[in-house]
Amino acid sequence: MSKEMMYQRDVYGKTLVELGKEDENIVVLDADLSGSTRTSFFKREFPERFFNFGVAEQNMISTSSGFASCGKTVFASTFAMFATGRAWDQLRNSVCYSNLNVKLVATHAGITVGPDGATHQALEDIALMRVIPNMTVIVPCDGPQTRDAIIAAAKIKGPVYVRLGRAKVASIEGLGKFEVGRANVLRKGNDIAIFSCGIMTEQALIASEELAKSQIECSVVNIHTIKPIDEDRINEIAGKVKSIVICEEHSVIGGLGGAIEEVLARKGLGIRVARIGVNNRFGQSGSSKDLLKEYKLLAVDIVEAAKKIYSKS
Amino acid sequence: MNEKQLAKKASQMRRDVIRMIEIAGSGHPGGSLSSTDLLTCLFFNVLRHNPKDPEWTQRDRFHMSKGHCCPIWYALLADFGYFPKKELDSLRSFGALLQGHPDPKIPGIDVASGSLGQGLSVAMGMALAGRMDKKDYRVYCLLGDGEIQEGNVWEAAMACAHFKCDNLCAILDYNGFQIDGRTQDVMGLEPIADKWKAFGWEVIEIDGHNISEILKAYEKAKGIKNKPTIIIAKTIKGKDVSFMENVVDFHGRAPTKEEAVIAMKELSDE
Repeated sequence: MSKEMMYQRDVYGKTLVELGKEDENIVVLDADLSGSTRTSFFKREFPERFFNFGVAEQNMISTSSGFASCGKTVFASTFAMFATGRAWDQLRNSVCYSNLNVKLVATHAGITVGPDGATHQALEDIALMRVIPNMTVIVPCDGPQTRDAIIAAAKIKGPVYVRLGRAKVASIEGLGKFEVGRANVLRKGNDIAIFSCGIMTEQALIASEELAKSQIECSVVNIHTIKPIDEDRINEIAGKVKSIVICEEHSVIGGLGGAIEEVLARKGLGIRVARIGVNNRFGQSGSSKDLLKEYKLLAVDIVEAAKKIYSKS
Repeated sequence: MNEKQLAKKASQMRRDVIRMIEIAGSGHPGGSLSSTDLLTCLFFNVLRHNPKDPEWTQRDRFHMSKGHCCPIWYALLADFGYFPKKELDSLRSFGALLQGHPDPKIPGIDVASGSLGQGLSVAMGMALAGRMDKKDYRVYCLLGDGEIQEGNVWEAAMACAHFKCDNLCAILDYNGFQIDGRTQDVMGLEPIADKWKAFGWEVIEIDGHNISEILKAYEKAKGIKNKPTIIIAKTIKGKDVSFMENVVDFHGRAPTKEEAVIAMKELSDE
């Protein structure tokens, strides 16, 4: 099921260089984290199209709208916490309201940031980004999908948020063609449906294997595009089961789970939902392994939640 | 335009500002009137632009960071024919082109503003893009004095100097008032000129209502190399309307019908 381990940000940096070769209109901005976000790869190849703004995220984001208004495709990067938190007003008012061509590619999202602790673990960024009109929100689940997402983002005319992690992630097999707004159905089963994004997709697949051993057959759906969300696919898959599990490395408030529940509530399917995510808490220091365990973001937690919800049917 | 014509045009622009805000029933006359001379000179004698082709890639850029003073920007754009003058009558109303704060749907406006403190960065992005593309356009950005209390402004100030944006000229409308009172009482700004100098800027201090000084400042700024320039223009909030001058209430209040009649009389050419 899973194979090579990759840093999504390595893939991001390499893809930026690829894009930079094809399109000289691409400019890349960073705020003193170019080594960590890997925009340094682009800087090395195209120093004249790379701008470091120092520790000043608000300035970086509002400057990105000036660049974009002059026809540039802007990629701006920093850690997810500062990209979406510190510069939210700049994103909303200068970038998204003007519907400008700015791609905010943030790394170090989620609890797996690890030892840096709560201040650096963005668990609210999907919620913060998906609420802004004109914004597209993409959470790739592995390295190869990161490349697809970055290339797709460059083609979209308008603002895009791409959420990447810090740690290495396993590549997922059988993802198929990447299309913004179209979910990947990785497995089909008629007992429970598991919806996931980001690193939780790997855990969802592991959980589905485990559940199959107990004769619980799961669908597993990777929702890489949180906005616009694939309503048709969600309704179709969820419509076949009585219970679903939603998994995300994010707060259970306002993220992937919020988006799916909004879809299902509108449709009135009346199915039971279990949530795997950070339950209205801040993060803390620790290894990502310890933290995933503490915050119940592992396959074993998905299995437990699935069994609980399934046994009620 | 010569100085006399510019002064006359500025009066006309002020009348448009009063008229549109009076009809709208809300808006920000104080700062619109304090920046009228600065912007009238800019639009008529300095800015390279083409109202028939608002997207002309070689155009000089103007960005109003203190977006609440858009009535004067709208008056100028309408005068140049970016959109029909009758649009001014529906300022701030439902379905209108002219939103309460600058909107990029309006011909001649590139990026939204209104949330203060972001515009100098936006202008810097335009300036850096121009330099990358080897275009010789210049970028002008109007800042409010209360506005520079925003931290984002100083992030931009540092970066504009770091990137040696000599194709960028900021204009500070230093009228000394903000919504809650005098800037010196609410959050002191002085020494303003020293602050910008310390950040690496060329500073030109002028009387923001003296047409000759304004034109000379824009000309001088064009010649400054390797650093950005800021024109710190001492102005009078509500300029040329006796009951609005230096009256903080008119930062963000529309004149009544009766007040508008008096204002129009004071602003008439006769």
